[in-house]
Amino acid sequence: MLLLIQYTLTFASVLLLVALGGCISERSGVINLGLEGIMVMGAMGGALAMRYLPAGSPAIVIILVVLLAAALMGVLYSSLLAVASINFKADQTIIGTAMNILGVAAATVIVKAINTAANPDDVSSVIQYAVPKQAFLVNMGGFEFSWFMVVTVLALIIIHVLLFKTRFGLRLMACGEHPQAADSVGINVYKMRWAGVLISGALGGLGGIVFITAGVSEWRFEYGVAGFGFLALAVMIFGQWNPIRIALAALLFGMFRALSNVYMGFDFLAALDIPSQVYNMLPYIISLVVLAFTSKKSRAPKAEGVPYDKGSR
Amino acid sequence: MKKNILKNSGVQSLLAALMCIILGVALGYIVLLFINPAGAGEAIITVLKNFLTYSKPATQMKYLGNTLVKTAPLLMCSLAILFAYKVGLFNIGAAGQYCAGVGVALYAALAWNLPWWACMILAMAAGATLGVIVGLLKAYRNVNEVISGIMLNWITLYLVNILLTGVKEPTSPYTFPLTTHAPNAILPSLGLGALFSGNQYVTLAIPLAVILAVAVWVILEKTKLGYELKATGNNKNAAKYCGMAEKRNTILTLAISGALAGLGAALLYLTGFEQWQCSTSSVPAMGFNGIAAAFLGGLHPIGAVLSSFFIQHITVGGAYVDKTMYCAQISDLISAIIIYLCGFVLFMKYAMNAGITKHEEKAAAKLAAKETEKGGNQ
Repeated sequence: MLLLIQYTLTFASVLLLVALGGCISERSGVINLGLEGIMVMGAMGGALAMRYLPAGSPAIVIILVVLLAAALMGVLYSSLLAVASINFKADQTIIGTAMNILGVAAATVIVKAINTAANPDDVSSVIQYAVPKQAFLVNMGGFEFSWFMVVTVLALIIIHVLLFKTRFGLRLMACGEHPQAADSVGINVYKMRWAGVLISGALGGLGGIVFITAGVSEWRFEYGVAGFGFLALAVMIFGQWNPIRIALAALLFGMFRALSNVYMGFDFLAALDIPSQVYNMLPYIISLVVLAFTSKKSRAPKAEGVPYDKGSR
Repeated sequence: MKKNILKNSGVQSLLAALMCIILGVALGYIVLLFINPAGAGEAIITVLKNFLTYSKPATQMKYLGNTLVKTAPLLMCSLAILFAYKVGLFNIGAAGQYCAGVGVALYAALAWNLPWWACMILAMAAGATLGVIVGLLKAYRNVNEVISGIMLNWITLYLVNILLTGVKEPTSPYTFPLTTHAPNAILPSLGLGALFSGNQYVTLAIPLAVILAVAVWVILEKTKLGYELKATGNNKNAAKYCGMAEKRNTILTLAISGALAGLGAALLYLTGFEQWQCSTSSVPAMGFNGIAAAFLGGLHPIGAVLSSFFIQHITVGGAYVDKTMYCAQISDLISAIIIYLCGFVLFMKYAMNAGITKHEEKAAAKLAAKETEKGGNQ
């Protein structure tokens, strides 16, 4: 049971961080389908930081550097989406899809190149981080508490306050609802959308590093992040683009995902003898059903996905 | 005045595609330079040469055959994407529909010993079914087809893994080979294999895929159905106002798109070229590469034939790079960069048009200036 809670919280953290990223980007008017790719790149940034930090660095240094590296990598990578969809008015769906494929391919090529350079016989795309990972974990009587959970809660509070309590957030949301109106009162729509996408990049990158450190101590980058970026988008839609509701949705989805990891620990579930693949399917089936019932009265930002053109008012 | 050839949208698409390819390959080269400057030039040439790396013509033909075997399914996936895209739907679920095609085709062959054509039809039906689910959700429940498609991709992947576990070899994760367990499910070669130095995997799949590309073009451009579908894509409400069944059109489009993707899977897996690995943990890349091929081909079925071949060509070529320095995924990287750049095609066309207009205006102004000069002399 404890294990189930632990995994639920871990997966919920990943989904929440990434879904918040998707939320802030869409609130500014840009659909971020590239979250999956952003997660991979962020995960790579964090994993490389763990690899290159000198052994025996104080825990606080490791935590800060890794978080910073993941977020920074996410921001850098998301600028690809921003420049294409905001400045060049490209189709956001194509760009997002390209970024997902590009993220996995680039991370694989980069990690393999680093591995091969270090050791000519090593052609794998694996980064190991068993030791530095310990910096994030605090064992509390069998429950592995992770600092990532604190980071996630902080991110939730910050994003909520930022969106609904600050001038910046309200302006950003205006750009997602009616950019022409926003522009007419002197808001720079392009800048606001850039901000939305870059913040979502930082959150996506953080989500990536949390994901690959959950439960394992090495990651093979060819695998990408197993559709978590997309699952996060479903969480975001289920949460109706509202941070608090997204958090609740993330907990629900996180629990279903966690079940597939720990169902063997429950006697009655193990006795059912259902293949583990079925548990893997669960979160996706649930989100499909949920979407079927919630999309009719969707409260999506009105102008999302539409490139803003100053000339057409 | 002579019509400027650059104004032709087909020529523009071709130029834009070439620009994407050149930029994509150049960026790939730069990445290689970063990894190891010593062999970068050689590596990029290896990727582009693919089967031409072999010196003997007979061997070249054989490996050209292998590239074509994998081009057929890619072409089908790109047709699936472009068919839906022409109707305003982004069928990212093609990857899952392809996956469903693999599962059903192989299961029908190995468990029920059905002949190849029956396996093919079942694979199409499987893909179409998934397409219909996405279509129904889109038409009646307003679910974005991208999100539902992605969810279905993962659901299908796990379902196919479960399904095919029943027909796999006990000691390995791979399904039984067709040659020994279901020889009558293998697509007929029609003597094509002999043309490619006895490459047994070259079958009817390749000409069939090209014929279907032409068929898709005819349906979209020359039939009432195609016109209605495209009208629905352009403006759902206008189409409804004109008496078209817009909900039916959405569902039908995704069904056709899914059937194309599902058939693509049959065209590859029923050659016996590959076996399915029942522990596969990610959705097959074929469907996603189909997106690249569709956009690189300028969303034209005939363009898709060429772009599918090119993308498959460099993907296979990536396997030949010097593994002590680089990895095969460099081709995936190049394809991914090309898809990303395809997002800029509209901008490129816009820039071309703007350039031409500017040029013409200048020419017209010059002409006018000359005329006035003439007038002044008289």
